[in-house]
Amino acid sequence: MKNLIINSKNLSFIFAVLLTANCLLVTVSAQVAIKGETVYTMAGKPIKNGVVLTAGGKITNVGPASTVSIPSGFKVIEAKVVTPGLIDAHTVIGLAGYLNQPHDQMQVERSSPMQPDLRAIDAYNAREELISWVRSLGVTTIHTGHAPLALISGQTMIAKTVGDSVDEATLVPTAMIATTIGNAARGAGSKAPGTTAKQAAMLRQMLIKAQNYGKKKEFSRDLKLEMMKKIIDREIPLLVTAHRSRDIMTAIRIAKEFNIKIVLDGVSDAHLLTKEIKESGFPVILHATMMRAGGDSESASMESAAKLKRAGIPVAIQSGYEGYVPKTRVVLFEAAVTVAYGMSFEDALATITIDAAKVIGLDKRIGSIEVGKDADIAMYDGDPFEYSTHCTGTMINGMVVSTVVR
Amino acid sequence: MKKYCCSFFVLLLFVFSAFGQSMRTVYSGAEVIPIVGSPINDGWVLVQNGKIIDVGGDASNKVWTADTRIIDVKGKVIMPGLVDSHSHIGEVSGADSSGPIQPEIRTLDSINPRAASIQRAQAGGITTANIMPGSGHLDSGQTLYIKLRDDANTIDDLLIFDKDNNYMGGIKFANGTNSLRGSGGFPGTRAKSAALVREKFIKAQEYKAKIENAKGDASKMPARDLAMETLVEVLDGKRVIHHHTHRHDDILTVLRLKKEFGFRLVLQHVSEAWKVADEIAAAKVPASIIMIDSPGGKLETTDIKWENGSALEKAGALVGFHTDDYITDSRLFLRSAGFGVRSGMSRNKALYGMTMANAIMLDMQDRVGSLEKGKDADFIILSGDPLSVYTTVEQTFVDGKKVFDRADPKDYLVAVGGYGAGNDRLIHIDCFDGDIAGGNH
Repeated sequence: MKNLIINSKNLSFIFAVLLTANCLLVTVSAQVAIKGETVYTMAGKPIKNGVVLTAGGKITNVGPASTVSIPSGFKVIEAKVVTPGLIDAHTVIGLAGYLNQPHDQMQVERSSPMQPDLRAIDAYNAREELISWVRSLGVTTIHTGHAPLALISGQTMIAKTVGDSVDEATLVPTAMIATTIGNAARGAGSKAPGTTAKQAAMLRQMLIKAQNYGKKKEFSRDLKLEMMKKIIDREIPLLVTAHRSRDIMTAIRIAKEFNIKIVLDGVSDAHLLTKEIKESGFPVILHATMMRAGGDSESASMESAAKLKRAGIPVAIQSGYEGYVPKTRVVLFEAAVTVAYGMSFEDALATITIDAAKVIGLDKRIGSIEVGKDADIAMYDGDPFEYSTHCTGTMINGMVVSTVVR
Repeated sequence: MKKYCCSFFVLLLFVFSAFGQSMRTVYSGAEVIPIVGSPINDGWVLVQNGKIIDVGGDASNKVWTADTRIIDVKGKVIMPGLVDSHSHIGEVSGADSSGPIQPEIRTLDSINPRAASIQRAQAGGITTANIMPGSGHLDSGQTLYIKLRDDANTIDDLLIFDKDNNYMGGIKFANGTNSLRGSGGFPGTRAKSAALVREKFIKAQEYKAKIENAKGDASKMPARDLAMETLVEVLDGKRVIHHHTHRHDDILTVLRLKKEFGFRLVLQHVSEAWKVADEIAAAKVPASIIMIDSPGGKLETTDIKWENGSALEKAGALVGFHTDDYITDSRLFLRSAGFGVRSGMSRNKALYGMTMANAIMLDMQDRVGSLEKGKDADFIILSGDPLSVYTTVEQTFVDGKKVFDRADPKDYLVAVGGYGAGNDRLIHIDCFDGDIAGGNH
C-alpha cells in the first residue's frame, strides 16, 4: 500500500515527466498557426490580419489570412502584434548571472590581458535566470560571451534562449573574439596595458604573431594564436568595443593594417564619425540607448542609432554589459527609446531583428518571418515598444517557450 | 568698461526676469493633468509670480485680460513637475567609512549645484528632488530637498524652506547587506544592524530628556552633539527617515523600529514590497519604489517585481516612484509610471506616484505635486501622453520660470546626449571679468 501513496514530491515528479514529454512532443511535431492583427515580418511590409504557420521548428508559410488558410491539426495562437523573435546582438548573460556574486560572474578573467583561448561555451549557464527573463520579453537569440573588460577578454558565442545545457542552446560556439580599446581594458596599477596606445601596440603584436603562426613545418599548438589565426584568415570577426572617437579610429586603423573583419561595438562617439565608419564598411553593434553616459561613454547620444541609420551604416542595438543594477538591459526597451530620438518604428525594430541577424552573420536563419527560417516569434498585446504593452508569448524553434504576460 | 557692461546686463536681466515672473501668463489649449482632479481637455494653467493662479478648461472660448501673456500649447500635455523622492544627482556624497551611523553629515555640504546630472533631471521633467547620500551605512547622513531651479551659483539657490525658515530635508537610513561590513564598527549581521540603530535612538531619547529637563536653563543643558541633535529632530517628527530596504524581513524590521521609536518614515526601494504590501499599508507608511529593467544585480533584489506598484496600490499604501539616479536615468523618469501601468497600476495612481505621492513623502503636498490654485508654478509640457515611450519632455518650469526647453540647442544636448553633454553647466552671462566657465568634471 505504501508504494501507492502519492505525495507531493512524487506528484511534481510526475508532472515534470509529463511536461517534458509534452515539450518533446511540441519540439518534434508541433504545428502551430499564429494569427496576428499586425505581423511585422521584417521582410517586406507589415501584414494586417496575418497568419504564420510553423511546423518542424521552421516557418512554413506566412501571409494575410485571406491567402493563408490554417490546415486542420494546427494549434492556433492569437496575438495583436507579431514580430520575429528578438535578437540581442551583444550581451554577457549566461556568463554573467543575476546574483552578481563571484561564482556567477564568469564574464572576465583578469590574470592576463589577452586570452582569446577562453571559450564562451565553457562558461555559459543555459539555466541562468536572466536568460529566462529576456526570453519572456521576446528575446530568442543572444550573442553573448566575454565582457568588454580586457584587451582580449575571450570568445563570444551565439545561443537561442532555450535549452537546459550549453549544447542544446548553442547556435555558434565561437562567433567573435571580444576585444576592448579604452579605459575598461586598462591594467590595474603598473600592469600592461596602462594606456590605449599600449593596447593598440599589444593587439598589433598579437596579430603579427598570429600571421606567422603555423608557417613553420613543425610547431606546437598555441590555443591563443590558433584563435587569432582565425581572425587573420577572416574566418571570424574581431568584436572591438571602443567608445571614444580616437579608440574607434584605432580599431579601424588596425583592421585595415591586418585586413581583418571587425565589428565595431559600443561606439558612443559614433555620431561624430558617421563618415569614417561608413567608409570603413564595418557594421556597428551600438551601445544600449539608455546606457549611463560617463567616462569613455560621456558623449553617448540617444540619437546615435538614427544618425547611423541615416548614414547607411548597418546597425544593431545591444543590451551590453552591466556591472550592477539592472544586471542586464533588455533590447526591446533599448530599441523602443530610439523611436523618440529619430528612428522610425520599423528601423528600430530592425536593430533587434533582421539587422541584428545580419551583423552576427545569421540572417539566413533568423531575424525575419520568412518561409524556411527558424520559427522564432515574439507576440504582444499592442505596440511592442509601448511601456504599457505586454509581451504575451515567445516561440523558439516552433515551440512556445514563454507564456508569461510581462 | 567691461565691468560697466556687465552691471548693465545684469540689471537688464534682472528687470527682464522680474517682468517675466510678475506677468500673468496662461498656458492654453493643452490637455491638463492636474493630478488632483480629473484631466482637462482644452485646458489652461494661469501662472504669476511663480505661483499657479488657477487651472481650468474650455480654453478656446476663454477671454483673457490684456495684461495676460497667452502661450498656445494646443496638442501638448501639461502636468505638474515630477517629484523624485530618491536621487543622487549633484555629485552628492555623505558619510565616510569611519562609522556606521553618522546623522551629523549634511548632504547640503557636498552638492555641486552646476552638475550636469541636475540639468539632466530638469530635462526629464523633475522639478523637486530628495538628494540622498549613499546606502553603505546604517545612517549615511541628512538628505536635502531641492528645487531644480536654473542658473544656481551656490547650493543656497536650490534650497526649499519650511514655514520656520529652515531648509528642508530628511535623513537616510539603510538596512540589509549594503551596510554589512563586519569591521570598523560596522555591523556583521542583520540583528546587529538593528541593535546598533536601537542603541543610538535610545541615546537620542536620553539626550532629548536632558534637554526637556533643563527647561531652558543653559547650565543644565547637555553638551551640544550634532548627531544627537539630528536624531532628536527625527524623534520629534521634524525630520523624516528615508529608509533604504529591500528584503521582506528587512522591511518588517524597519516597521518594528518605527513602532518602538515613533519616527516618521518613508520606505525606499522596497524591492520585496509585493510580499508585505498589507503590512506596509497597515503601518500607514509610504513606499517609494523603483522600476528596474531586470531583477538581480545584488542578492537582495533577485525578487524585485514591477508589480510592487500594483500590490501596494491594491493594499491601499501610498506609493511613489524614484530614479535613484544614477541607477536609472532622470531624463527617462516617466518610464517608471509606464511600467507601473504595465504591471497593473491604475493610470491615475501611477501618475500620482510621479508627483503628489512623492510631494507628500517630502512634506511638500501644500506646495508641489499637483496643479492647483496657490501652489508653486512647477509644471512640465509634454509632447503627448506621459505614459508613452514616444513622448518627450518639451519644457520644464520651476517657480514659473522655464528651466529646460528642448528647442534650445544647449538644453537639447543635455536631453539627448552628445559631445559635451556631460559638462557642468556654463554660466550664461558672458561679459564678466575672469574665467567663469564651469570646467569639465
